[in-house]
Amino acid sequence: MAEAVLFYLFAAGVLAGGSQVVLRRNPIYGAVSLVGCFFFLAGIYVLLSAHLIAILQVLVYAGAVMVLFVFVIMLLNLKEEELGELRFTFWKVVGLVAVLATAAVIAWRALGPAYPSTGPARDNAILLAAEGFGGVKAVGRTLYLAAVLPFELTSLLLLVAIVAAVVVAKGKI
Amino acid sequence: MQDFIDNLIRSWGHDPAAWPWTQFLYLAFMGAAAFIVVNFAAISAGIFSWAERRVAARMQSRVGPNRVGPFGFLQWVADAVKLLLKEDLVPAEADAVLFRAAPYFMMVGFACVFVCLPFSHKLIVADLNIGIFYILAVTALIVVGIIMSGWSSNSKWSLFGAIRSAAQIISYEIPAGMALMIPVLLAGTLSTQGIIRAQGGWPWQWFIFDNPAAFAAFFIYFISALAEGNRTPFDLPEAESELVSGYNTEYSGMRFSYFFLVEWGNMWVMSAIATTMFLGGWQLPGLSPARFDALTGGVAVIAEIASLALFAFKTLFFVFVVMWLRWTLPRIRVDQMMNMCWKYLVPASFAGALFVAAWMLLVHEAPWLGQAMRFALTAIAAVTVAAFALRTLKNLRDTGDKFDFTSNW
Repeated sequence: MAEAVLFYLFAAGVLAGGSQVVLRRNPIYGAVSLVGCFFFLAGIYVLLSAHLIAILQVLVYAGAVMVLFVFVIMLLNLKEEELGELRFTFWKVVGLVAVLATAAVIAWRALGPAYPSTGPARDNAILLAAEGFGGVKAVGRTLYLAAVLPFELTSLLLLVAIVAAVVVAKGKI
Repeated sequence: MQDFIDNLIRSWGHDPAAWPWTQFLYLAFMGAAAFIVVNFAAISAGIFSWAERRVAARMQSRVGPNRVGPFGFLQWVADAVKLLLKEDLVPAEADAVLFRAAPYFMMVGFACVFVCLPFSHKLIVADLNIGIFYILAVTALIVVGIIMSGWSSNSKWSLFGAIRSAAQIISYEIPAGMALMIPVLLAGTLSTQGIIRAQGGWPWQWFIFDNPAAFAAFFIYFISALAEGNRTPFDLPEAESELVSGYNTEYSGMRFSYFFLVEWGNMWVMSAIATTMFLGGWQLPGLSPARFDALTGGVAVIAEIASLALFAFKTLFFVFVVMWLRWTLPRIRVDQMMNMCWKYLVPASFAGALFVAAWMLLVHEAPWLGQAMRFALTAIAAVTVAAFALRTLKNLRDTGDKFDFTSNW
């Protein structure tokens, strides 16, 4: 009961924040909405008993959004009049159609029998949650035992990005 | 807290799992805990604002606020009432929505921290298994508030203050986080109560004296926390001589008081984290956590109050150190601030984490080495503190205390 109420609360927050990111013309408002969206998303992760992922979501993205803020302010500090008139272009129509199609597919799957509310899958999920699923230890074990290669490759990718950023930003080293 | 409520329900003769009102009781207790904790945060911030002015006055041989109440103690109430009654100005060219919202972001980010901050053996709102990580995450909201306030004020001073603050906090989050990972490594848990339980009551059982890297990590954390809290010597975002008042220049009344409430309340937060992670938290000397749990009746209440007092004493000592630093050190330059973080603190904290991992393996093989290192580091610290105290006493004897204790109190 309480979980359902919280879920709808958080889901409404995510949808409101996410739509504001897309619809707001002022990028600063977009960034603020993004913060809100991430926080509500973290709430949904908590409801799924993925506590570590929820905190990582806030920790990583709140920092990232801050950087985004600084970029928005320094690179494109736009005034209302500089944004120009609101135009209705072909690509916006395409985007709208894509959004509606995605929403329809998700709704069709969610309302269908794909996710049973009883049965062995659900029992197994409850069992996992009781054994510290989503905590630091469980995520760590999965990350460093089952998925160690993708994990290390991702960190290598990030290293490449850092080196590239330094090379681009500093012509002469 | 859940155990406490479950036991309460059981004492009323119901089964917490089956009783229909269990969730509502949880909710009521959560509301009550939030109310108490936010009031604690606000009142302690108020008292610190008075204490800081008194300490500053003492260090500069002035008198300080001494009119409202005994020793001027009620000055913070008078200031709060004054600020609440002032007009809430919004500049004409400011972005009104973000301008109004920014202080609340800061307040929320600040109040959320108290969920995981321990106060004593039993007193904690929620002992999350990701405790310290949660604290690091929610404090990010404070920066969002700072940068929102700076941008939305539409003033050069505010914007520069906000940009400086963002740069400073993004940078110093890294050494602070890495330094806090060292006690986490040593304790094997992220829960704040778990980390305290992994330490002991005597100084040589604290994590700060566990090994040289942990000793260094304490100072790395403390410096980074000063920078994240915009305290001197890192108060560049609100440097009065350059930026009027930084990101909060355009604010007035209650919204202005929020910024300062967060700044002073943060002194408790950073000191409490340092106490929890490095200084043994509420652990009483000679009373192991297991024996503490087993205590019942009046002894348990006395031990609980003693642990609360010990934790508060350690925390308030570091609050005083933060004030002390503010009136001792000059503000550093922006480039020095960045150099210090990226060239010294970040590499040092990473090296420290690696060293601690290796040290733990070594101590696992040779436990006597760990014990010897603990006693040696504690002895070095004790000798340093004693030397400092003797030196201060000698200076006082030679020059005399010029402060007039008799008048104006």
